[in-house]
Amino acid sequence: MSLLALHDVHVRFNTAAGIVHAVNGVSLELAVGETLGLVGESGCGKSTLGKAIMKLVPIAGGEIVVDGVDIAPLGRDRLAEMRRKVQMIFQDPYGSLNPRSTVGRSVAQPLVIAGWKPDATNRRVETLLGWVGLPSDARQRYPHEFSGGQRQRIGIARALALNPKLIICDEPVSALDVSVRAQVINLLEDLKSQFGVSYLFISHDLSVVEHIADRVAVMYLGTLVEVGGRDQIWRHPQHPYTKALLAAAPIADPKAARARQRSVLQGELPSPIDPPAGCPFQSRCPIAQDRCRLDRPVLRPVAGGAQAACHFI
Amino acid sequence: MERTEPLAGPRASRPAQAHEAGLEARGPARFPLEVRDLSTTLFTRRGEMKAVDGLSLAVGAGETVALVGESGCGKSLSALSIMRLLPEPPARIVGGMVKLNGRDIVAVSEEAMLDIRGKEIGMIFQDPLSSLNPVATVEKQIAEVLTTHTDLGRGQARARAHELLELVGMPDAGRRLDAYPHQLSGGMCQRVVIAMAIACSPSVLIADEPTTALDVTVQAQVLALLKKLQADAGMAMIFITHDLGVVAETAERVVVMYAGRKVEEAPVDDLFESPLHPYTAGLIGATPIPGAARAARLADIPGMVPPLNALPQGCAFAPRCPRVMERCRREKPNLTQPAPGRLVACFAAEKG
Repeated sequence: MSLLALHDVHVRFNTAAGIVHAVNGVSLELAVGETLGLVGESGCGKSTLGKAIMKLVPIAGGEIVVDGVDIAPLGRDRLAEMRRKVQMIFQDPYGSLNPRSTVGRSVAQPLVIAGWKPDATNRRVETLLGWVGLPSDARQRYPHEFSGGQRQRIGIARALALNPKLIICDEPVSALDVSVRAQVINLLEDLKSQFGVSYLFISHDLSVVEHIADRVAVMYLGTLVEVGGRDQIWRHPQHPYTKALLAAAPIADPKAARARQRSVLQGELPSPIDPPAGCPFQSRCPIAQDRCRLDRPVLRPVAGGAQAACHFI
Repeated sequence: MERTEPLAGPRASRPAQAHEAGLEARGPARFPLEVRDLSTTLFTRRGEMKAVDGLSLAVGAGETVALVGESGCGKSLSALSIMRLLPEPPARIVGGMVKLNGRDIVAVSEEAMLDIRGKEIGMIFQDPLSSLNPVATVEKQIAEVLTTHTDLGRGQARARAHELLELVGMPDAGRRLDAYPHQLSGGMCQRVVIAMAIACSPSVLIADEPTTALDVTVQAQVLALLKKLQADAGMAMIFITHDLGVVAETAERVVVMYAGRKVEEAPVDDLFESPLHPYTAGLIGATPIPGAARAARLADIPGMVPPLNALPQGCAFAPRCPRVMERCRREKPNLTQPAPGRLVACFAAEKG
């Protein structure tokens, strides 16, 4: 059984300009112990999908099955158990920590809410701070006394407090400097091998996802266009958008960068208000034909074990 | 070598001395920008901090030099120092020289700088929206650059603004002339900023993280555009970034900064193939390369960049350095030239 299974999930926002179809029918599975990378450009709906799994945004349709239970219809009062299983870390750790609360209190909060006794809570906080490599005097200090990388460690400690099965990582290293970014990525990988936790790793940075993920899902304008194994996606991308995304990603190797054929994708992401009928990628696609303007392609198995949503693969 | 001069331009393999001797003879056009021993200090209540400490570099016509480092290493303040756009106070240039087309601009008046900026040297910032005027149309903003620095009339300026928008690949350029910045996407705003920066064909362009706020496909568009404009006009470009992928894609030569100082300079291929400074090696090891064999772990650099008001006595990188020696904690290493075209400030690298 999958740890997480999404079936045709929709998220819509009503705005003054119209209805934003942020997530438009996403189906996806994540296995126990797996790291699934979710990549796409800003506005593609990847963060909204992460929040939908946490029930932090209203869900307009579909099923979100966590460990066998569909949480989409559940009310606030019945979500506590799910929140124990699924936790989230954010891009800006400073924005997700209470500046007037000590680090110890912030990390202890999920435990207190879950009804832990003070003694046990104290011991657990001590352990958690040790796991993420923070000094033991950190608990009495405040978030502003820490650097960005250390704050992200605090966020990770808090996410780990109740032994979650899945952690949704929303751009967890995007705000960090290169050397610190590597520290946090390594920490996440260590924790995974230590505790068997799964990650949904949301990022716009393809090289980071390529490093950390087992499988990768590529999102465009609220829908998935390709899902496949990490090596398949990188070596044999099938969908024209995946190909374009990989061609655009800078490579930190000047010779490889010069050697590759580069076709720069033109145009920008269309508005998620009134998305086009047919294929969402048609307006920028180099191989679009008449059919793409009418029929919306669905994810289907293609060569190499991947799934892609394109009529012409 | 006691003090090392900036390396020569596109053919950086020639010895530094030869470049220095020949510089005046070749005239200013070959090195539109030459920075020597530039130092900028922040005067704050918590003390004086050397944000830029003796930076030297030269950029040849048509050449791109990347300035690389993590936040707080002084790369943006270096750019602002060169442009004379420092927030004063607390920052002030305390020494050195910035030669723009052969003329030292460190001490020229603000009035003269107004004439120089936009005409001889252009700049592009990370956040395009905040470098545009939110209540002026695209046309008005580009035309203002043109009417300030040239004797074009209003009608001509509008026509030229249209041409410039076409040149920077603005979709539907004619219609965008009357648009306001908030009506444009981030990528389009950055194209407007680029159009303004190149409007008067400056000989030097400084781009400070110009694609960091953009999506990867739009980043690729903007990088390709900058390289094309540069090649067509033969501009000297300083490209400031923290992203080694962007460095590999755009630069011919790379200057690595750490805690306000240049710690390494090399042609781009040499830098990635055989980094000499342990900090450079650490940055490269910490950057995953798509498609390369998957390493079990990224090589991380322990600790973090020290705050400028608490720099260690010796080498600023010593507390994080895997090759640290006794001497590194006492003395600051100066730049040396271990091979033609390469500079490094490291005692361990000197030993080999």
